[in-house]
Amino acid sequence: MKVTKLKTNDLILQFTAKIVFFIIFFFSIHIFFAGHYTPGGGFVGGLLTSSAIVLLVIAFDLKTVRKILPINYMYMTATGLILALATAAFPIFVGKPFFTHFFDYFNLPLFGKTSLHTAALFDLGVFLVVVGVTMTIIQTIGEDE
Amino acid sequence: MQVLAIFIPLFAAIFIPLLFRHVRTIHTGWFVLIVPLLLVSYYVTFISRVMKGNDVLASFNWIPSLNISFISYLDGLSLLFSLLITGIGTLVVLYSIFYLDKTKEQLHNFYIYLLMFMTAMLGVVQSDHMITLYLFWELTSISSFLLIGYWFQRDKSRFGALKSMMITVAGGLFMLGGFVLLALMGGTYSIRELIAQAPQLMDEQYFVLALVLILLGAFTKSAQFPFYIWLPDAMEAPTPVSAYLHSATMVKAGIYLVARFTPIFAASEVWVWLVTGIGLLTLLWGSLFAVKQTDLKGILAFSTVSQLGLIMALLGASAIAYHVEDAANTMFKYAAFAAIFHLINHATFKGSLFMIAGIVDHETGTRDIRKLGGLMSIMPLSFTVALIGSLSMAGLPPFNGFLSKEMFLTAMLTLKDFELFEFSTWGILLLIVAVVASVFTFVYSFYFVFKTFTGKLQASELPQKPHEAPIGMLIAPMILAVLVVIIFFIPNLVGDVFIKPAVFAIQPFLYQDPFLSSSPGMIDITVEAWHGFKSPELWLTVCIFVVGAILFTTLGKWQKLYRVQPAKLSFNALYDFIMDGVLNRGMTNLSKHIMHGSVRHYLMYMFAAICFIVIGTLFYKDAFRISFKGAAPIELYQLILIIVLVLGTLTTLIARSRITAIVGLGAVGYTVALFFVMFNAPDLALTQLVIETISVALFLLVFYHLPRLGKMQEYTPFRFRRLAVSIGIGAMVTLLALSAHSQKLVESINKYYKDTVYTEAGGGNIVNVILVDYRGFDTLFEITVLGLAGMGIYAMIKLRLSRKEKIK
Amino acid sequence: MEIVMAFVCGFLFMAAIYLILSRSLLRIIIGTGLLSHGAHLLILTMGGLGGTAPPVLAEGVSDFADPIPQALILTAIVISFGVTAFILVLAYRAYQELKTDDTTAMKGSGIDD
Repeated sequence: MKVTKLKTNDLILQFTAKIVFFIIFFFSIHIFFAGHYTPGGGFVGGLLTSSAIVLLVIAFDLKTVRKILPINYMYMTATGLILALATAAFPIFVGKPFFTHFFDYFNLPLFGKTSLHTAALFDLGVFLVVVGVTMTIIQTIGEDE
Repeated sequence: MQVLAIFIPLFAAIFIPLLFRHVRTIHTGWFVLIVPLLLVSYYVTFISRVMKGNDVLASFNWIPSLNISFISYLDGLSLLFSLLITGIGTLVVLYSIFYLDKTKEQLHNFYIYLLMFMTAMLGVVQSDHMITLYLFWELTSISSFLLIGYWFQRDKSRFGALKSMMITVAGGLFMLGGFVLLALMGGTYSIRELIAQAPQLMDEQYFVLALVLILLGAFTKSAQFPFYIWLPDAMEAPTPVSAYLHSATMVKAGIYLVARFTPIFAASEVWVWLVTGIGLLTLLWGSLFAVKQTDLKGILAFSTVSQLGLIMALLGASAIAYHVEDAANTMFKYAAFAAIFHLINHATFKGSLFMIAGIVDHETGTRDIRKLGGLMSIMPLSFTVALIGSLSMAGLPPFNGFLSKEMFLTAMLTLKDFELFEFSTWGILLLIVAVVASVFTFVYSFYFVFKTFTGKLQASELPQKPHEAPIGMLIAPMILAVLVVIIFFIPNLVGDVFIKPAVFAIQPFLYQDPFLSSSPGMIDITVEAWHGFKSPELWLTVCIFVVGAILFTTLGKWQKLYRVQPAKLSFNALYDFIMDGVLNRGMTNLSKHIMHGSVRHYLMYMFAAICFIVIGTLFYKDAFRISFKGAAPIELYQLILIIVLVLGTLTTLIARSRITAIVGLGAVGYTVALFFVMFNAPDLALTQLVIETISVALFLLVFYHLPRLGKMQEYTPFRFRRLAVSIGIGAMVTLLALSAHSQKLVESINKYYKDTVYTEAGGGNIVNVILVDYRGFDTLFEITVLGLAGMGIYAMIKLRLSRKEKIK
Repeated sequence: MEIVMAFVCGFLFMAAIYLILSRSLLRIIIGTGLLSHGAHLLILTMGGLGGTAPPVLAEGVSDFADPIPQALILTAIVISFGVTAFILVLAYRAYQELKTDDTTAMKGSGIDD
């Protein structure tokens, strides 16, 4: 990425980016978990997270971001895919059709009445894949000279 | 457990690469050996139950919504095949440990394919559901393809692999057609249920068609005339594979299929004629051409073709029992017994012969029978085993082949007198065919063993100095050879334990209660080696031996006759013509004419065609409607958005610089996001907004490297055509959208989602719940595609050749 | 509104096809981008634009927008992002290797038609 040229005098951008990154990141986590009942979900959450990282990339540069977040995004994609497939395939082993989801409501101490849903695990897989793929794309293109 | 057993080889295959990589000092085969050994001991435990007539059934739901489940059904027939597959499998793996060098060969590939094949084969013989049967059936074709092409560096291996797959998969597809027809007529995919309603099926319109289609599958797999041509070419496979797949198991899948479907189809004359006729023709053809071969494995390949024909013919004869009154007292009940008996015998003697051919190849470096000879004194053990196998194949006592050949002759003698379907006129011809084929079988059996092991040793012709094989390699063929002898002496025990339960599966219409020894309906067949001096079988056998011996001693004089057949008239030439001439060259020429290389032109033709077809259909079917009823009202701010969107689109059209074009596209994207907000689609709006942001960043990143958007020279007529086509598509989309809005032909299904989303899926956001739950499959594949796109991008950028590598 | 939207979709498709049929790789990519926007709006329009609330369960709301087209479009948006990114990089790499973004020149002959 040609951000190196912009590197002079972008202190304000860098400072703001740090704060905004966390705001977007936590918002994306919220959106991800809220997805089952209100607008949101794995796709939007994943995209928001990656856009937060992209913002960091623009404010700093790829090398710095790589140092802060030493994540292999290809592995992240693979993990997401496996998680999604495993959630989908799990019911087979208990004698239910492929892709049966389970859910129930629990009374957790801090959260009150909460529903725990295997669909959330599947959605987490989607989340990981989306972040992984987006960042793979940005990173590979950006690093190519 | 029973269903799981089918998949044990496949699961075991997962560990093979690890073992192969990390435990190099021990041959991987020793680990593999455990699998068939375990399975064979598992299936042995079923014998006592199945012998008493208790079929064992276990099922496992796979796709319940399509009513497809794995049902493992073990009756006499299935159990016999399962035992053959795992039993011969054990011996073959044992043999392969000594045959394949652990330092030179890619053993992990070999054993993965082999285990995959084992699962496929067990699945074929145990499936009760026709769709799973078909799946396993094709899996055998695929794993056979991989095994034949194991030495993929050789052209002939690849050719043989492709040939076998083309022919068997084509046959498999026909068979699938037959299955579907049968299921439509019977209303079930379960073979057991179909057998139960066999009499009603008889009158269905497509009964005969289904029958022919299923037979095509069986004939291609079992290398029957004229589809046998793939089997000789499949001999390029490593010898353990030939011994396993192409003599003992896979080619018998077709036999299994015919046997399994006999209760359904036996009532049809077409079945009797086709199975018996093709079987006998194959028997004759294979035995005639086996003598022509000079390759040891070539001889065995044609002999396998011929022996399969024999079993097929016997199964055809067993179907006749359905048509005869009081069949239980005629000889036809022997036919099925003889078929199964010969199947077992063939597996034993042919398996050992293949292994010997492999040993000869291994120790002398050649399989060319013209170079071989005189190996008897150097390889005495191999010679003994080969002699036992060959004499059994020729039908001599005291070996098991003699017994089943006698029974075959008995069945053919009975056919001669059979009145129905004008067999009495043809019957004598069938008998002659059977006898001639037996004579040639005798000749090629002797040809195989004596040309290799007796005569003069041509040491200078052999690539290697011959010596006896290591004892480990000889164990497997020796076990089989011992079985060949043992079975001769205890045929009735084998019959009680293995054959009679299988016969009951083939001819259930003959026996009411076959497993109660006192009941009159039991299977009262005993095998006798000695029929007495007056029996015609004896004299036929003597006749065969005498003529065969004369022909063998004069072999050198008449073997030249085979050269008369021109190579261009064979079925192989036909196959080559279809594959190379028609498919390869013909299609290349055709596509060269139509496709001249300009993708833009193809696209334009495609778009024009789509436009023409859709608009044409719309008006031809009078489907175009426009109505304003029920339309949402238009607000001012919406109009403004539309104007922005149109302006953005126009910008991209006329933009001369990269940035302008990206800004135009971005504007369109964000406007679309706003539309989503207006139309109550918050999920979409959110996603679209974020994705648009990332996309614009991506575009900027990449476009930075790309050249300016210049004006490109355009051939004027093409410019007009291009404009016309795009306007056409635009018009088509508008018309479609209008018609779709203006008429609701079916009730929307969204009510279902609204009603069940909370109670059944436990969610509130219907869109998200559809994505992760109702239509989770779509999402699963979607993220897979996304992952693939990411990998593709990664590969395109990171994995390219550097300048230096390019020069190389 | 649906009537107007039908024309908007048609217009988007027209522009997209026009761009896709051009010689420049960049225009082709922009064309595919427009095409996916057009397709998304088309699906939404065909499903009807009625409904007064988002398809999320809430008390007292019964007139939802149709959730099915929305679910389809959500899938399509993400896929089209992946595909666009892929062909972008494809174009980029093609340009690096061949030093041109003209599809006709890439074919080898300088002449179209």
